[in-house]
Amino acid sequence: MVQSFSKGRAEGRESRGTALRCIAIVPAYNEEASIGRVIEDIRDADPSFEIVIVDDGSTDRTAAVAEAAGARVVQLPYNLGIGGAVQTGLQYARDHDFDVAVQVDGDAQHDPAEIPKILAPIIEGDADLVVGSRFLGEGEYEPPVTRLLGIRLLARVVSLLVRQRVTDTTSGFRASNRRAISLFASDYPHDYPEVEAMVLVFRHRLKLVEVPVQMRLRGAGESSITFWRSAYYMLKVLLALFVGLFRRYPTPQEDHQ
Amino acid sequence: MTPLRVSIVAAVAALLLLFVIFELIRSRRLQERYAMLWLLTGIVILILGLWRGLLSTIADSVGIAYPPSALFVLAAFFILLLLLHYSTVISTLADQNRILAQRLALLEHRLEEERPSR
Repeated sequence: MVQSFSKGRAEGRESRGTALRCIAIVPAYNEEASIGRVIEDIRDADPSFEIVIVDDGSTDRTAAVAEAAGARVVQLPYNLGIGGAVQTGLQYARDHDFDVAVQVDGDAQHDPAEIPKILAPIIEGDADLVVGSRFLGEGEYEPPVTRLLGIRLLARVVSLLVRQRVTDTTSGFRASNRRAISLFASDYPHDYPEVEAMVLVFRHRLKLVEVPVQMRLRGAGESSITFWRSAYYMLKVLLALFVGLFRRYPTPQEDHQ
Repeated sequence: MTPLRVSIVAAVAALLLLFVIFELIRSRRLQERYAMLWLLTGIVILILGLWRGLLSTIADSVGIAYPPSALFVLAAFFILLLLLHYSTVISTLADQNRILAQRLALLEHRLEEERPSR
């Protein structure tokens, strides 16, 4: 089941050439235990992908492990948070003229074998941003109750804002085409960016599609999200979404080729 | 009971503050994360301005004879909190600034070394 809406039209250009230049952007903060596996799995899923690890100021050997595994590594001088790290990757993708950027978390919870699913709508020209959702029937992801409430609330709010049903606003497993890459490279939310990015895409009249994916349970390491921090971020995100309603956004220019 | 006029002035001031904060965020001159504490300040002042019984209760419980003073004590407390918050933000910025300068200097040095001598 693919969710989509008819307003706006994604670029159909991508569907012509099969030789799309794809990049996998992997934001990583202290993921030395899992980063090697992530790189390996991406390569297994599609060897044509260029893999860029954005090391967000790790204090462990994340960068060294990634380099040894043969990935390109962009090292941030200090921790910028997930938003800054992902945006760095998207700027790399823009500067190196990639057609599609897939974001895969460095903690191995995203299964690179699922990449074709989030890639498909972009290849078909049906979407500018594709989000892999855990809540569209595939896999059995059961978050703790409080987190589930937060996830539901955000999904409800974002669905209202983007006038189409979305289910997994915090999923970081996403694919962007050129238009989304160029938008995000110049304007990407801070801190807890996934939710706001979905709305941003809509406000810029780009096309958003959710596809069902399975995610793994986190491999190494603890989730960095604690209850109070989630509550704080929830408030902050809702504030950002509310204020965003009163901003005016330019329609995107046609991308130059 | 708090004199009505103080309540009205406090409420109007709080609303004004909230509007300015909103406008600053909207025009991207203030990031949400730095606006949170400001919003909390504005909302607390607004609540106390409107809900006059609460302010009296708070004043009584901490032994302040004149309830509006409690409003200003609280306002002062939040200003202190904000200042402390900014001190931590500035510390972080100073640290990051140092790291950037160091990285830039080392990078420049490396470029200088790699340039063929003329």
